[in-house]
Amino acid sequence: MSEAGVSRATVRPVVNGQSCTLEVPTHALLLDVLRDDLGLKGAKRSCDSQVCGACTVLVDGLAVSACTYLAVEADGRAVLTVEGLARGESLDPIQRAFVDAGAVQCGFCTAGMLLTGRALLDEHAAPTREQVLHYLRGNLCRCTGYRKIVEAILTAAEAPR
Amino acid sequence: MSARPLRVVGQPLGRIDALEKVTGRARYVSDLIVPGLVHAKVLRAPHAHARLGRVDVTRARALDGVVAAVAAGDLTGCDPYCGPAFRDRPVLAVDVARYEGEPVAAVVAVDEATAEAALELIEVDYEPLPAAMTLEEALASAAPLVHTGEPLAGHFADLASLRPRPGTNVCHQFDFRRGDAAAALAAADLVVEDTFRFPAVQHVALEPHAAIAAWDEADNLTVWATTQNPFSVRVELARMFGLPLARIRVVVPHLGGGFGGKTYAKLEPLAAALARAAGRPVRLAASAAETFQTVRRCSARVGMRVGFAADGALVAVQCDAQYDVGAYADIGPRVVQKATYTATGPYRVPHVALAAAAVYTNTTPGGAFRGFGVPQLAWALESLLDVAADRLGRDPVDLRRHNLLAHGEEFAPGDTPIDGKFEESLGRAAEAIGWTQTAAADRARGVAAMLKASIAPSVSEAIVRLHADGSVTVLASAVEMGQGARTVLAQIAAEVLAVPLECVSVVPPDTAITPYDQTTSSSRSTTMTGRAVQAAAEDVREQLLRVAAGALGVPASDLALEDGAIVSATRRLSYPEALARRFGMAGGELIGRGVVAPGRSAAPLGGSTPFWEMAVGAAEVSIDEETGAVTVERYVSVADVGRAVNPLALEGQDEGGVVQGLGHTLLEEMLYGEGHLLNGTPLLYRVPRADDVPALECRFVENADGAGPFGAKGAGEGSLIPVSPAVANALARLTGVRLRELPLTPERVWRALRARGSRRT
Repeated sequence: MSEAGVSRATVRPVVNGQSCTLEVPTHALLLDVLRDDLGLKGAKRSCDSQVCGACTVLVDGLAVSACTYLAVEADGRAVLTVEGLARGESLDPIQRAFVDAGAVQCGFCTAGMLLTGRALLDEHAAPTREQVLHYLRGNLCRCTGYRKIVEAILTAAEAPR
Repeated sequence: MSARPLRVVGQPLGRIDALEKVTGRARYVSDLIVPGLVHAKVLRAPHAHARLGRVDVTRARALDGVVAAVAAGDLTGCDPYCGPAFRDRPVLAVDVARYEGEPVAAVVAVDEATAEAALELIEVDYEPLPAAMTLEEALASAAPLVHTGEPLAGHFADLASLRPRPGTNVCHQFDFRRGDAAAALAAADLVVEDTFRFPAVQHVALEPHAAIAAWDEADNLTVWATTQNPFSVRVELARMFGLPLARIRVVVPHLGGGFGGKTYAKLEPLAAALARAAGRPVRLAASAAETFQTVRRCSARVGMRVGFAADGALVAVQCDAQYDVGAYADIGPRVVQKATYTATGPYRVPHVALAAAAVYTNTTPGGAFRGFGVPQLAWALESLLDVAADRLGRDPVDLRRHNLLAHGEEFAPGDTPIDGKFEESLGRAAEAIGWTQTAAADRARGVAAMLKASIAPSVSEAIVRLHADGSVTVLASAVEMGQGARTVLAQIAAEVLAVPLECVSVVPPDTAITPYDQTTSSSRSTTMTGRAVQAAAEDVREQLLRVAAGALGVPASDLALEDGAIVSATRRLSYPEALARRFGMAGGELIGRGVVAPGRSAAPLGGSTPFWEMAVGAAEVSIDEETGAVTVERYVSVADVGRAVNPLALEGQDEGGVVQGLGHTLLEEMLYGEGHLLNGTPLLYRVPRADDVPALECRFVENADGAGPFGAKGAGEGSLIPVSPAVANALARLTGVRLRELPLTPERVWRALRARGSRRT
């Protein structure tokens, strides 16, 4: 589209621990900026309506749907995507738990599930099953039937970080 | 086959693609970047049925950033008609739009936002026509006709002779008879009958359909596609553009869920046509809302009469079903044939008269969806079995056990004999749900079973390469869509070649590289692709043994494979050493080939099923009588799988199947009103969430009696199919109310409870 008339802004989020400076249209969605400008393809586009959770990332530790979150709102904030979960070669306990529990199938919901789970565990180190189910209300999975995902999150809660 | 114990097959091993998926590195079609890529958006019809007048893309074409804007008339140099059963579907509507959401025109632009903006500039004159939105409307006399011309044959030889019934909306009528059902029903001691309805539902794979199409400098076409059958897509594209198969390459990276919704061509033909028009690689990615305008499960109305002798023996089943296949046939005629053929479930029924019609309506095309037409019929049959049990004073589990087909028994003359011990599945499900124990006062239990044939005839081929360092590459075209195909194929190769799983790489499907596989559907990959991989690995094993026999001076019959080496009682030659002997240097590789092809078959549908898929489900439910809300408290699924190659992956598959089944049982339905789809977005269409899942147990019967590798047989669809009748049967036992229409929404249940009158005690 013609660039004329599109207002733009400079945003400086810290994405996976790295400061970046980006020129983006003020209407740009965080999901598009992550995927297209930063090449972080782990967050997925699916429902476009904050229902399925496939695009979930953490902004200052809170799970948000990047498909409906303006990039400009991330200015000055810490954004964590699935690419930033592991520390080098060392997986985050929640990643390890998903692998071990068989909580991964097609993988399209996985990034969002992991980040929602991470947000939960950061807030509640020893969540109840009910708390896990509550957090997962914003994340759909059509492959697993959820049981192994819930078990993985509960297992990760017991693992040392 | 060697008698040594299995080391890799049968183990609950982690998926070989888990690491790339938990780190966000796994790539799906919409993640791919192709140099020069431009983006397409589709203008969709706003009416259920409309004649197209002027479709003017001039203003769209003029917008800055637009590369191409096309309507059907602009698609020169290709045959725009596609479809696996009939080629009844143009990639862009020609003269008539037959459902709301049908693609009418498309724009290719430098980015999606520009393409979307340009759609607004396309001018279309629609003349709305009367629409047939339901089976009743489509089958009424003087119904509006969805199609008026005779369609072109699709790409299945056995469907090529099918013809729609002229002057009606019936696109295919299937009849299957054995014995004399009418006479048997007349003579039966008990006949139960009713009409059941099954809703249109959408797959809601988390990844919406997407395709990237690119023509190269030699006019060869490459398409990266979200498809479960790249070879069918290749056939479709080859015919469309008049190209040899060898000049079309369909590549499938990770698939974000399929469930049947990604079988056969969907967006690929339009993407390829747009790439040709644009002269650039084009990405066409559907939104989640657009998937509701792409494919759905065929809704159905099923009238069924079931006759019994006084001792509970089934004597006859008469079925008269109509499946709503929507505006285009897709694979609907095959859905209707295959499902209706097994309408009698896993039971011995001497007299059958099974009829079903595939009916066009002005709605989203219906196609394949996990279960392939069987859930619609099992909903009727398994509900009626409980009605009959009640009337006969029989326990529902006993009545089913009385009628189950036995191992080795004939299902239909010429078809594969029954290959499972179904009574074990039934017994284990009953035991696990506590069938003989009294349920809590506010709960009741229900049970249901299923039987399904797999696609036949059916071909799979595979290549296995053993490299100079002892690592292994598997080339096969089973699509990894979450079910674990890559892992299972790697396990099979690792088992045969006695190497650790980590030594095996599986190449994703690419029709230019990986060999032919018919389809990743019909629960067939472990059995069919798996057997091809097993045979290819065995071919490599035989080559290794020959090389080692010569090198060691020992007869091949005295040699075995063990831990990456060929061993005799006293000698040991590692694979790298064997290859160095074979080639005289540290290079070269051993290449094995495996082919699984059907033999001649006298089965009624023209091919013998490679295996029978069979499962039993048992539900324990409670109800809030104030609101009609049904809660499934516990659910047990037992599937006869022959051998679980990977029990962890299989458990995940079956758990997912149960929960998907709970979707159409309790929640899901595509609702149409006044010619429009009312809930065709993820916001309005409610699929099961984590907090909807009952206490869930998925178990397997393993007698190594399947036709697949190491006695495995197909699984993954079976767990879904019994869910609806098991839940409804439990509900009937709890409340005395028999529901015949899905989903069992609170309103529907509440109304039925009101109609029943005062609470039973």
